[in-house]
Amino acid sequence: MHELMVAQNVLAAILDEAAKQNAKPTAAKISCGKLNAINDEALRFAFGAIAKGTSCEGLELEIEHKPIRAHCRKCNVDFDIEESDLKCPQCSSNDFELLGDAPLLLEEIDFQ
Amino acid sequence: MKKVTVAKKILDENDKYAFENILFFTEHKKFCLNMISSPGSGKTTILARTINDLKNELKIGVIEGDIQTDLDAERIKETGAPVVQINTEGACHLSAVQISDALKKLPVKDLDLIIIENVGNLVCPSAFELGENGKVVVLSVAEGDDKPAKYPTIFAKSKALLINKIDLLKGGLVDFDIEKAKSDARKLNKAIEIFPVSAKTGEGMADWYDWLKNNSKSI
Repeated sequence: MHELMVAQNVLAAILDEAAKQNAKPTAAKISCGKLNAINDEALRFAFGAIAKGTSCEGLELEIEHKPIRAHCRKCNVDFDIEESDLKCPQCSSNDFELLGDAPLLLEEIDFQ
Repeated sequence: MKKVTVAKKILDENDKYAFENILFFTEHKKFCLNMISSPGSGKTTILARTINDLKNELKIGVIEGDIQTDLDAERIKETGAPVVQINTEGACHLSAVQISDALKKLPVKDLDLIIIENVGNLVCPSAFELGENGKVVVLSVAEGDDKPAKYPTIFAKSKALLINKIDLLKGGLVDFDIEKAKSDARKLNKAIEIFPVSAKTGEGMADWYDWLKNNSKSI
């Protein structure tokens, strides 16, 4: 449900850039860490709804989910953690700490 | 066609206010917790009991987040603790700017601890930083022991987990494997403090109080 607020922020950021470029945006890519709990379908739906009547109407939204990074306390290695397999890929220890999650980022925009 | 690299943080507006709140808590030397759970897990009951039981030891102020009504704030008012109600009018989470506004209405100088009760929702509030020192997740046994595995984000991000309504486990009223819930939460977050409690009977609350006192005084 919080995807609506995310969509409003994405739309504002794209419209801002579109005004600078003075061009119509056709596609945009955003990325976020998996802990941001973004549902692609809900975000696309919300974005489509609020983009109607703006230059972003019909814009294609690409969403990349970045893996969660973790640090193994046993063998001191940093790794991407799999939610289905919560252990260090090197030593199989489950003594790890989660490192910061990637922020929600508007990466790039394609213009006509 | 032209490709433009933007690399702009999407929630930077919220993060900006969250950072201001961090500075505020640091400057005033106050400890702030953000309490998150599903609706009906017992957040308000835990808070009301905590405030009453610690009346002579900790001065607690509360920020209540709800979609509608001031029912929770009224329950906190009965304890005599200062409380500010925020109505999100449909939004499923609190934002940092709402906390900045609410802090202006609390007698912060007189408090040892500020607790934010977020909107009842196990997903969305975990994505919005409010500038708090830590998150506390509440899981009641009636919700099922699979919740840490199914909703990992909030368990991964929290400093403490309260497993509430443990009085229901007696007599087998509810099937809830407390060891499974604990071990699933610790798989995500080795450092998480876990307190099995009953806010109704008071069982287990003493350890939670010690944790609150230690954290509030160490700041």
